[in-house]
Amino acid sequence: MSESLLAQLQYSPLHAEHVALGAAFTDFGGWQMPVRYSSDLAEHHAVRTAAGIFDISHMAEISVTGADAGAFLDYALAGRLSTLPLLKAKYSLLLDEQGGIVDDLIVYASAEAEYLVVANASNRHAVVEALVARQTDFEVQLSDLTEHLALIAVQGPVSRSVLEATAGLDLRDDLSRGRTLDTLGYYAAMGMAFEGSSVLVARTGYTGEDGFELYVEAEHAVALWRSLLAAGEPRGLVPCGLAARDTLRLEAGMPLYGHELGLSIQPSQAGLGRVVVTDKSRFVGKAAIEAGPAPDARVLVGLTTEGRRAPRADYPVMLGDIEVGLITSGALSPTLGYPVAMAFVDPAVREPGTVLEVDVRGTRVAATVVSLPFYQRKAAS
Amino acid sequence: MSVPNELQYTAEHEWVRLDGDVATVGITQYAADALGDVVYVDLPKVGAAMTAGSIVGEVESTKSVGELYAPLDGEVVEANDAVAAAPETINSDPYGDGWLVKVRVSGTPALLSADEYRALIGG
Repeated sequence: MSESLLAQLQYSPLHAEHVALGAAFTDFGGWQMPVRYSSDLAEHHAVRTAAGIFDISHMAEISVTGADAGAFLDYALAGRLSTLPLLKAKYSLLLDEQGGIVDDLIVYASAEAEYLVVANASNRHAVVEALVARQTDFEVQLSDLTEHLALIAVQGPVSRSVLEATAGLDLRDDLSRGRTLDTLGYYAAMGMAFEGSSVLVARTGYTGEDGFELYVEAEHAVALWRSLLAAGEPRGLVPCGLAARDTLRLEAGMPLYGHELGLSIQPSQAGLGRVVVTDKSRFVGKAAIEAGPAPDARVLVGLTTEGRRAPRADYPVMLGDIEVGLITSGALSPTLGYPVAMAFVDPAVREPGTVLEVDVRGTRVAATVVSLPFYQRKAAS
Repeated sequence: MSVPNELQYTAEHEWVRLDGDVATVGITQYAADALGDVVYVDLPKVGAAMTAGSIVGEVESTKSVGELYAPLDGEVVEANDAVAAAPETINSDPYGDGWLVKVRVSGTPALLSADEYRALIGG
């Protein structure tokens, strides 16, 4: 890599912590982020059985404020955000005029007339550009807060007890508004106090487990990370990198932009038709969404295969001699013990139970279409 | 990063231990660490002929697939079935129990010294 490219890489406020913990790094969306600390598998299993802590500060945060903020997001995004209750979160999409997916997002109603839009690192500039271009008719202010905020995820069945035991992370009535970590619902958020600063704590995640994501000002990130680790380590929490995050989200059937989502894919093809609220009077992409994708457009399915050789992105899915699809993500599932994959396939072969083959580097491997997700945690007791 | 002095290496991150005309072959710790947890290996069969530089197998982790290149010309005389059954051995003991194949060498192989390999991986 050339010096000039290296100079453009961005670093998390927690970078020195990761170096001290012995992390290996990868370039992800222009950011130098931990790919693993010890073992991908050990980190994956820790999240399924106890807890993991992830630095996901590469994610982009854009605040939308002003009297028209809700109406603006109803127009700019696929969902209806104007009716999102305060301190609730919603999964949404940013579409282009052709109905293609520019990015998938989490939107928080963070305060009165204020939303926080969380985008993928690799799409940060595309999302900011699109939002700026769409704000003409609206009374809103946009602000890219990415460099001011760190984002830490604590995921796994013991996450709540880790947060409750974290020194310095305190409930304060004016921030929590009667909520507690115990009663905080899925896709709900609340403020907590840490070192005199406010932390947005959301019950969201990308692993298929119970867990929390904590938005904290960059200057307090190191102290919060250390405090979470100290509270978590006796409970089995380990630091986790992006490799474990990828296998966890794959097992949970969650899409990754650039794999299952992209500009040439309409939401309904990826099983995300429900995210688009079509009865809004206008929103970017409305005409294309109403027309819908071509009847023979490929759709996203889950596949399981035999043996231990995992299908990988771009491997062909075959029915006899006919290519009927392409793999988008795949791995030997650490939890299930067999390979799992997602693929876009012709609608004719989409039904669960359909038997196909994947061309794994020249070898045909039997594959069965299955419903997503591959893994679902047991309901909380 | 461990790079034992008594072994020879390739630019494809494999190691070779020459004992008479039989070479034991594995992947280096650097390669094992870069792959992450190895979950599958595909090794050439006993009796297979190999030509230096050709692809003869695969080493696969949860994250990615690495190809196994023949480090020299020869014929496979033994494949490590234990490592095929327990691929994590490649991560835990890449230069010992994590060996992959033994090859009867024909000709004179062109390999890197430990110092040359260290220079290659910047360590």
